[in-house]
Amino acid sequence: MNRFLLPAGIFALLAVVLAIGIKHSPDKGIIKSPLLGRSAPQFSLPDLADPARTVSSAQLKGRWYLFNVWGTWCGECRAEHDMLLQVQRSAEVPLIGLDWKDDDTQARAWLTQLGNPYDVVAVDRSGRIAIDWGVYGAPETFLVNPQGIVVFKHVGALTPEVWMRDILPRLPHVAAKT
Amino acid sequence: MARRSSTRIASSTWRGVRRAVLAAAVALLLAPAAGAVDPTQMPTPELQARYEGLTHELRCMQCQNEAIADSPVDLAADLRRQVRDMLLAGKSDQDVREFMAARYGDFILFRPRFAPRTAWLWLAPGVLLLVGALVSWRIVRARTALVPLDNEPLEEDVSR
Repeated sequence: MNRFLLPAGIFALLAVVLAIGIKHSPDKGIIKSPLLGRSAPQFSLPDLADPARTVSSAQLKGRWYLFNVWGTWCGECRAEHDMLLQVQRSAEVPLIGLDWKDDDTQARAWLTQLGNPYDVVAVDRSGRIAIDWGVYGAPETFLVNPQGIVVFKHVGALTPEVWMRDILPRLPHVAAKT
Repeated sequence: MARRSSTRIASSTWRGVRRAVLAAAVALLLAPAAGAVDPTQMPTPELQARYEGLTHELRCMQCQNEAIADSPVDLAADLRRQVRDMLLAGKSDQDVREFMAARYGDFILFRPRFAPRTAWLWLAPGVLLLVGALVSWRIVRARTALVPLDNEPLEEDVSR
């Protein structure tokens, strides 16, 4: 009896450790951002519509906004584009774009052709600001509150499910209605 | 005598051939490492060593099982440039690690930090080693207790 107690105990312990590991494994390789609950990174970048003007994080303070990282080279960004246009039509929260490591002319052509869901698009040609936001694969979407705190992050194409489940309920004027 | 010197010549040529083969093999092994993924040259050997150390201990977030030093993807190149710029600006290795972890999380560090959350990760091998040592010590002690009994017939043989 005693002979089997130790191996059985070790087995049980191992099973518990593995169960915890599986439960906590990142969902489809998605890594939790350390930015959640912290201030959104500061930036001041050229405006895609008019590179002589700048878009800065300071201008965005005081309101809710969705910060969407995209590029014309990114296939999934094309896939989520219709959803972004729907978000714009809903007028629940403004979309701010970050055109990541892209060609300005191509990016402007993309928006003319497919429709422009963004209030304003900041241009990050070098990718330096995307590093501050911890971006590792476009598209990525961040929800930022009026205090400038990142409250939610989604990696991958924005879908109606994510919009309904994770973004809308976090907006106070929507949450108050339901 | 003559025979001896001929073997000596043969063995020395053999050694030469062996050395050449070895050198070729080493060159082949090193060739991909010196490839074009990261041609960055730092101004001093000391900075170069620190740069290479850091780029090998930071994970490429897109490929996830590769270090940024070995990854050809765009983001890895951006992160390498970030490491280079920070080192050139006089930042310490720890500054670079903290900068990366603040943006991408601990996941970017191939060598996890020692924190309450990761303590078991660092301590478990030591604990397991202690447990192993304890178990083997007990086994050895149990076996040594058996030795005199086993040896008795042998001792009789020797005394004969």
